[in-house]
Amino acid sequence: MADPSSKLPTWVDVGLLPLINVALAFVVSGLLIAALGQDPFEATWIMLRGAFGYEESLGYTFYYTTNFIFTGLAVAVAFHAGLFNIGGEGQAYIGGLGVAIACLALDQYLPFGLLLPICILAAALFGAGWAFIPAYLLAKRGSHVVITTIMFNFIAASLMVYLLVNVMIKPGQMSPESREFTSNAWLPYMHEVLGWFGWEVAQSPLNLSLLWALVCCVLVWGLIWHTRWGYEIRAVGANADAAVYAGISPSKIIILAMCLSGALSGFVGINEIMGVQHRLLLDFAAGYGFTGIAVSLMGRNHPVGIILAALLFGALYQGGAELAFENSAFSPDLIVVIQGLVVLFSGALSYMLRGPMERLYLRLSPGRLVEG
Amino acid sequence: MTVAGGATSSGTGHPAPAIQLRGINKRFSPVHANRDVNLVVPAGTIHGIVGENGAGKSTLMSILYGFYQADSGVIEVGGQVCPINSPEDALAAGIGMVHQHFMLVDVFSVLENILLGAEGGPLLAPGMAAARKEIARLEADYGLEVDPDALVGDLAVGLRQRVELLKALYRGANILILDEPTGVLTPQEADRLFEILRAMRDRGVTVILITHKLQEIMAITDNVSVMRAGQMVAHRETAQTTREELAELMVGRKVLLRVEKSVAAPGDALLRADGLSLIDAAKVTRLDGVSLDLRAGEIVGIAGVTGNGQSELLEVLSGILPPSRGRFTVHDRAIDQDHPCTPEEMRDLNLAHVPEDRQRMGMISAFAAWETAILGYHCDPAYTGPILLKTNAIIDDTDGKMARFDVRPADPQLTSDSFSGGNQQKLVLAREIERQPDILLVGQPTRGVDIGAIEFIHQQLIDMRDAGCAVLLVSVELEEILSLSDRILVMFEGRIVGEVAAADADARIIGLMMANAHEKAETEGAAAHG
Amino acid sequence: MGEDFLLIILTFDATIRVSVPLILAALAGLIVERSGVIDIGLEGKMLAAAFAAAAAAYATNSAWLGLGAGIVASVLLALLHGFACITHRGNQIVSGVAINILVSGLTVLLGISWFSLGGQTPPLTGDARFKSLTFPGAEAVRDIPVLGPIYSELLSGHNILVYLAFLTVPMVWWLVYRTRFGLRLRATGENPAAVDTAGISVIRMRYLALILCGILCGIAGSYFSTGHGAGFLREMTAGKGFIALAAMIFGKWRPVPVLFACLLFGFLDAIAIRLQGVELPLIGEMPVQFIQALPYILTVVLLAGFIGRAIAPKASGVPYVKEH
Repeated sequence: MADPSSKLPTWVDVGLLPLINVALAFVVSGLLIAALGQDPFEATWIMLRGAFGYEESLGYTFYYTTNFIFTGLAVAVAFHAGLFNIGGEGQAYIGGLGVAIACLALDQYLPFGLLLPICILAAALFGAGWAFIPAYLLAKRGSHVVITTIMFNFIAASLMVYLLVNVMIKPGQMSPESREFTSNAWLPYMHEVLGWFGWEVAQSPLNLSLLWALVCCVLVWGLIWHTRWGYEIRAVGANADAAVYAGISPSKIIILAMCLSGALSGFVGINEIMGVQHRLLLDFAAGYGFTGIAVSLMGRNHPVGIILAALLFGALYQGGAELAFENSAFSPDLIVVIQGLVVLFSGALSYMLRGPMERLYLRLSPGRLVEG
Repeated sequence: MTVAGGATSSGTGHPAPAIQLRGINKRFSPVHANRDVNLVVPAGTIHGIVGENGAGKSTLMSILYGFYQADSGVIEVGGQVCPINSPEDALAAGIGMVHQHFMLVDVFSVLENILLGAEGGPLLAPGMAAARKEIARLEADYGLEVDPDALVGDLAVGLRQRVELLKALYRGANILILDEPTGVLTPQEADRLFEILRAMRDRGVTVILITHKLQEIMAITDNVSVMRAGQMVAHRETAQTTREELAELMVGRKVLLRVEKSVAAPGDALLRADGLSLIDAAKVTRLDGVSLDLRAGEIVGIAGVTGNGQSELLEVLSGILPPSRGRFTVHDRAIDQDHPCTPEEMRDLNLAHVPEDRQRMGMISAFAAWETAILGYHCDPAYTGPILLKTNAIIDDTDGKMARFDVRPADPQLTSDSFSGGNQQKLVLAREIERQPDILLVGQPTRGVDIGAIEFIHQQLIDMRDAGCAVLLVSVELEEILSLSDRILVMFEGRIVGEVAAADADARIIGLMMANAHEKAETEGAAAHG
Repeated sequence: MGEDFLLIILTFDATIRVSVPLILAALAGLIVERSGVIDIGLEGKMLAAAFAAAAAAYATNSAWLGLGAGIVASVLLALLHGFACITHRGNQIVSGVAINILVSGLTVLLGISWFSLGGQTPPLTGDARFKSLTFPGAEAVRDIPVLGPIYSELLSGHNILVYLAFLTVPMVWWLVYRTRFGLRLRATGENPAAVDTAGISVIRMRYLALILCGILCGIAGSYFSTGHGAGFLREMTAGKGFIALAAMIFGKWRPVPVLFACLLFGFLDAIAIRLQGVELPLIGEMPVQFIQALPYILTVVLLAGFIGRAIAPKASGVPYVKEH
């Protein structure tokens, strides 16, 4: 969401201001930790060590990062079309359902090599399908996409409970979970893969999904900035009237962007269901969709920024868990608070410092104002 | 020419002027919208302020109404210095304003709209009862009939304007500013409005009328002030001046935009429209049976006051909107409601379109110049492969366009909004013209463009014509229409009300046609002189 | 017959209990959206109020002081929303999301830090909770057929916040349609420029609307922990803020229809549990999850324009900027 009226040079607008906003979020978090009677610097140190300090923690950090890249990209793609897809949560959930259905149906028959592309496709199709309905309703009937995607998050939650309790539950079992897939439907863990190359690392849930997430970053980057479809998506997002003038159909673009966004969210299912859980269960997508909003805002809707922001949140998740483990005064909820503050400062209050920055910049370098 | 702070002949010993402005200045960062403006409006008169689009009239009145604050200058109301920092202050000083775009709440009744801001207490009921009585009185006094319980959204434009007048009067305004009040009215409605304004003056209300239509000034005002390029250039008593003098004052010593051009040699009709109508979502008829031919090698100018269907005509002919009735053909392709043609297909038919409002349609502010330079042509194989855009090719191409059209700064990587208006327009023009279209639709080609660029742009349009292109030019600048067109069509309320060959074109006649008053005025004029 | 009737009465009784926070929050949403501000942070404000009310009620042993704390917490969040979206013209959706996330973490974090009960507050007893009010003669008339149970079960026996919530509906209606404030409020959401030119501050109107929204969400949240429940539990609002949002849309931004939407959604909530495993005529067994999802499905169907048209206040979601 670049602001064309900005008088600041790009490096301040895209680099410095977002950094200051994130820093503000962390300063406030630090003050909060201090207010709770803890030492914020010590907490930071524990979190950093917990996130990056040893192989296993790194694995966990990257595993969380993988999910955030998917949901962050999902929010970003919709943003470029001027849409706020707040339904990443539900789309990720349903994406996982797609993966599970594919695995449960085919794991007896197909080898991993065939199963993987089918599962990726299933995740994309199911995620996209869940985003398609709100998108269609917006494109054809003008329904507010924020509200419909929120509603679809709740509908997805109810649907999954129903399916798991009544349909997909493993017979003779109490907890609402499907049967475990056979191991040919398991995405290899990173420690296994690295082991094949003779590099022994500690076990962690990190799996090959991370590579797919990075591939998706490249694909999204290419799509948005280097294809005509990306051009059309950005045109609709920046100026729908001009897009219509250019012969671009906003309805089609809305549906395209939302479906892409839903598909990207759906890939959370690859990481979680195929990569880690190896069965379908409840609430595996909890929080990832919403964190995607923070990731995308912080990353300025650009894949590079999203990777960095996803890494930050991955580290926060893992470091926060470590912190809660070491110091019972904290719970993993600290991370949720920091996340909220990041969304607040990087998103809602992102214009707050622009005015003061513009004045400061003008005073420091008179005459260098970009002509408006 | 008097450029003076005082009224020309308000006399001495009279009561203090209703309004006196001294040395008003206002800047919107690059634009000096008002420069040392002085104005005296005698009480109980109708005072006209004329000037071309962008002369600074509306800004001045917004300052008087407290919507903007002047950078410097003094406002006096009734002889007292009166700092006006908000509409609230203005209302308290007895100043009311009817904006060009009505400030009404569509889902409210007339009564509720009038009451807004003057409710007369924390509860609505007592205020409503009192307001009903007062409105009935105002209606009787000024002939402002309107049903107080009607929803404003259901009212015709003329009636909405009455609601605005009632709003101001209800709040006790004795100084009333009207900003281009007739722009949206039919001539009959405008006549009604003038009667109401006279009734107001007779009851002591001071009226300030902002307009760019000289016939209105002559018809109704007592005094008139002329603005040009942010400055007040003259004050006159209406009875002592003429349309011609005012026109000259308005335009000033502006270079007459005479463009060297040969006589047109029109060829075959490339675009034929037959009874095109457009009815919008609100069921308002925007285009009403428009028929025209556009021939190769001619420029057809469409003259008219803003909002009489010109924009819609461009949007229909360029494929943005399908016609509701009627049809048109481009080359041999017939287009009607059941056989619409998208803007993309129109481009394939070799029809190019420079839209009226480049900020809204012609470009995308946040896009780099090279991205704006392919808007609408981004699927062209020259610009895109099967998957990837040919970014380098596009940038090279844009470099060429920028050089040939003298776009400055010539950097395709800059965002589109970092160029000045003239350079943006040249970029848009380059995009559309360099495709060498057979048919070129151009809307307001020089709006917000500096003088140097205007000449360049006009020359480009003439060159296109000479190369055999059929050009349809829509402009609210009559001067531009007159200097470029080979034939002129005049639009009024969605219809074409007259056609004039360039050789016979006369600004006065066309101006009258634009108000759809030429026949009436001709006969009246004849009667008056005869 | 008698037993069935009592079951119906009890279902309606449950409906009333679960509808209370919906009604208050939906009316809160109605007021802000009427002023042109979208607030998807109803959920967060209620959750914050639920926590603040429980914590304060526990500390002071007074439900009323708890209610006060709940309202203060909720109003502060409403002002934060205003600071971001009105003063700094930030995105209203993003701000709402931020508040929801922030509160969801902060309540648990503070809860653990203050009470060390895994995010809960200690259970509230005695004066720290709002007690049920028994109407005069409720016991005496209990055995009278039909009217007796209606009086003693359905009407009597709720805490004061329940009655307050129902009283809020006519109050909000009166405020919106019968007062100067209401006229200005509605105008601000439809055409802020008209309000500005009438000499009224758009910013002030929107902040006032947000404060009212905060107060109502504060009462709604306090009801969760000090009225309906007895203490704070993590995520105890459980998406009710979004159901309220749905009810507000379903009621087309008008107080009385909003009340009925809340009662409908509350009713669905109340029967969902009862219908589990019950064979219904014609339909067969109704999955309880379907009934739980019904408010959301109905809202989507409404938004799609299949049952009437839900038209939001024209200016909602748009920051007010004077045009040049």
